[in-house]
Formats: sequence, C-alpha cells, structure tokens
Amino acid sequence: MSETKNSTNLLRLGFRRLLFLVCLGLGGALVSATMVRFAPGNGVSERELDPRWRAESVEALRQAQALHQGLPSYYLHYLSALAHGDLGESDSLKRPVRELLLRRLPVTSGSVVRGLGVAWLAAVLLASLGLACRGWLFEASTTAFNSLLLSLPSAVVAMLAVHLRTPVFCAIAVVVFPRLYSYIRNLLIRAYDQPHVLAARARGLGNRAILFRHVLPLAAPPLLALLGVSFAISFGAAIPIEALCDSPGLGQLAWQAALSRDLPLIVNVTLVVSLIMLAANSIADLAGRTFARSAQ
Amino acid sequence: MKPLQKVAASVLCAIFVLMVLATFLLPAPYARQFRDIPNAGPSTAHPLGTDALGRDSLSRLLYGTRVSLLLAPAAALLSTLIAALLGSVAGLLGGWFERIVLAATDLSLALPWLFLLLVVRAMLPLDVPPLVSVLIAFLMMGLLGWQASVRVICAAARGVRDSDFLLLARSSGCKPARLLWRHVAPNLRPLFYAQFFISIPLFILTEANLSILGLGVMEPMPSWGNLMRGFEDFSTLSANPWRLVPLVLLVIVVMCFQLVLPTQEVTQ
Repeated sequence: MSETKNSTNLLRLGFRRLLFLVCLGLGGALVSATMVRFAPGNGVSERELDPRWRAESVEALRQAQALHQGLPSYYLHYLSALAHGDLGESDSLKRPVRELLLRRLPVTSGSVVRGLGVAWLAAVLLASLGLACRGWLFEASTTAFNSLLLSLPSAVVAMLAVHLRTPVFCAIAVVVFPRLYSYIRNLLIRAYDQPHVLAARARGLGNRAILFRHVLPLAAPPLLALLGVSFAISFGAAIPIEALCDSPGLGQLAWQAALSRDLPLIVNVTLVVSLIMLAANSIADLAGRTFARSAQ
Repeated sequence: MKPLQKVAASVLCAIFVLMVLATFLLPAPYARQFRDIPNAGPSTAHPLGTDALGRDSLSRLLYGTRVSLLLAPAAALLSTLIAALLGSVAGLLGGWFERIVLAATDLSLALPWLFLLLVVRAMLPLDVPPLVSVLIAFLMMGLLGWQASVRVICAAARGVRDSDFLLLARSSGCKPARLLWRHVAPNLRPLFYAQFFISIPLFILTEANLSILGLGVMEPMPSWGNLMRGFEDFSTLSANPWRLVPLVLLVIVVMCFQLVLPTQEVTQ
C-alpha cells in the first residue's frame, strides 16, 4: 500500500518537474525575446547607415526585421516561430540558430559526457583509495594536488590541453575532477563515520557488505544530486576549453556569439543549455529520491 | 588558526602590501612602450623583461595584481551584500517570499555561470575604455554571483527566526528594523564574512577566464587574465619561463584564500 503511495508521489513530483520545465522554457523564451528586443543597438542593420539607400528602402528593411513592431505582436511572432522550431537567425553567421545548435550540440555533449565519465571515475577511485589508506602523506598530497587544480582557471587548463595535444574531454575532466573529488571524499568519510557503520564493523561485516549495504544507500542521493550539478560545471568549463582548443561545440559558439554581440544566438544557446541542465538536475533529483525511498 | 593558515594569511598580506605599494615599485608606467626592446629577457632595468609590445612585464604584473585583487573583493562584497539582504529577509519572513527566493536561487544555480556572464556581457558594448571594462566585469560578477550564498544565509536566518532570543525580543516589542539590526545581523555576521571570503577566489578565477577569452578587462589595462593571454604560445613560454609569473601568483593567491577560508562549521 505504502509502496503504491510512494510511487504515486514520485510520479506526481515528476509531473510537477516536467510542468515546471515547460513553464520555464516558455518564460525563458519570453525573457530571451525581451533581451534581444531591447539590447542596445540590436535590430539596427548596417545597411540602414548606408547613405545610398532611400528612406523608403530603409523603412522596408526595418519592417522586414519585424523588430520595430509593437511588443505584443513581436512576442506573438517569436512564440509562433518557436512553436515551429524556429529559433531565429544568427546575426553574425547568417544561419538559422536551430541548425547551428543541432550541429554543435552533439560535439559538446560528447566531450562533456566523456569528460564527466573520466572525472567521476578518477574522483571515486581516489576517494576510495584515500579511505582505504588513511595516511597523512596520501591525504596531504591529494589535498595539495586537488587545491592546485582548483586554483587553475579553466582557460589555462585549455591552453595546456592545446600544448599537450590532449582531447577536449580530458581538459573538461581536469576542471571537473577537483570539485567532485573533495565532495565525494567528504561524503564518504561522513558516511563511514556514522554510528551504524561502526556497529556493522563491530559485528564483523566485511568491507564490501559495509560499502553496499550501509555506505552507498546513505551516500547515493547526494552523489546523484552531484551528478546533476557536475553537468552544469562541465558545460560551463566547455566555453573556454572549446574556444581555446578550437573545438566546434556549443561553448565555442557561445564565445563567438558573445564576441560578435550576436544576441539571438547567445541567448538561444544559453536557453537550450539551461533547459538541458535543469532536466539533468531534475532527473538526478528524482533518481536520488527513488533510491532513498527504496533504501528505506 | 593552524600554522598553515597563518602562513597563507601572511603570504596574502604580503601580496596585498605589494599591491598597495605598486605605484612606488613600478619600474615604468604599465602602458609605456620601450619599442627598441620588445620581448626582452630579464635585466636590471626590467626584472621580468618586456612583452611583445615592449612594455615592462613587472610593471604590468604589479598593476594587474592590483586590478585583479581589487576587482574580486569588490565584486565579492557586492554579491555578499545582495545575498545577505535576500537570504536574511527570505529566511526571516519565510512563506511565499522564501519559496520564491529559493526557487530563483535554485534556478540560477542550475545554469552554467559562464554562459550567464557571456549573455550579459554580449548585451553590453564591447568596444569600451579599459576602466569601463573593469567596472562592467565587477558589476557582472557582483550582481550575478550571489546565488550560492543566499541558500546558506537563508538557512541560517531560518534558524535565527526560530530561536528563543528572537521570540523574547519580539515579545518585548522590538520593531522589525531593530530586530534585524541588533539581533539577526550580529548572529549572521560570521556567515557573511565566510561567504565573502569564499567568493573572492571564485571571482579571481572568473575574471581570469573572461579576460583570457577577451571579454573581461580590456587592453592596455593589465589584469592577471590579460597577462595570461600570451600563454597560448607555449613554445615561447618554455624559452621564457619568467612569463609564467602571473599564473604562479594567481595560483598562490587562490590557494592561500582556500587555506585561510573559515572552517566548514561556519560556512555550512
């Protein structure tokens, strides 16, 4: 009975998150449209400044851009285009934003997923090793190394990657790893120091049984939440890394758009990345809750 | 304070003193070009050599240190003030206002920080004087970097709201403004300091990233990020290792801030 209630609650929560994401996408789209509409200098074509154009031609240009219409009709125009999957056109690249996103997203996703895989593997392995041999030398050296990595700007890591000719995902892993390692290490230490784990150890339970029966159920929900957060960290790190490593992904696209003040492009890239992040966080949160309930 | 923390604090103090005294220590103005000696090695006249445009590297480093080390704490102060105000009021009032603030915080925490900065930077003119670019970087980081602190401060303010001494103060007729100023703020002050110090290294790194990408502090004004833009050509770096000094200084400062940060009990 309670199991059915639990799953109903989870379904309800999942539905609410989905609704929130849809509302957020709609709200984000309207905010994006507003930002593009009111950005200083936006919507002014260079051709308008050409003295050879007649006043009627300039006016026709303005009408064609649809930016000088009233605000409600502008929003309506934007939302109806969005409903048809049209995110507008990039000012600098003169290509549809949708096409650019579809081409660049797989590159960044591939680098981020591989980078996260490497970073998580390294962080979990090193944290577990640290727990197995709790010596001061190991702790001091890993803390110093971690601190050094945390102190390096992502752009410097990217330049190092260019110099060493390592793939982009390795640079992402180097940026994400120290943030994961310190959190995972603290989480595992706290879980192992719980009284029930001590009691299980006193009863003579093996290391593996303690890990799977007592430590992991306790640590899994925050670890899953960290997985969601690590997506945001790695997408953020992708900007300087892709820009400097010349990798044709979303990070490089966002950087190029910012440098050329291409607002329709940068705003839509950010909107799409934000929705991906929020979806990842919601999935991680729901998975954490499911795990916590099944462990109870 | 542990011995290591003392060492870190001393190093930070020394660097701050160096930054303050930079005006008297500069071998030459940071933008002055010695056109006959571009890319020169270290000498008595130019202890860290000159850059590709013939500008004295030590002068640029000292002035860049001043820009970065003033910009980051100023931005941290602004973001902490916003977080303190929002977090305290949300925690104390509770109800729908707290829910809205926390939802907005969660939402912005889920967004990649650099993407947000790029959007805001792209909205503003790029071709601006160097001093304006410093101001833009400071305002961007200060106004967009408060989210993580709000969560922590709100949770602490909620704890204070439910405390007995606040109930006693309320029952004795203490007005909300006085309540906030005399009872709540002193209890949250250590947390404000902690959040302020936590933000500084984050903003130092963000400024470096933005400036390396050409969206932070503009030339000819130096900052640590600007000075590291030349690192793209590693072949010249291996021949001129003294050019790594800005990176070494940045890493030392960020590590020292990490070491002197308050203990976890205060920050959580």
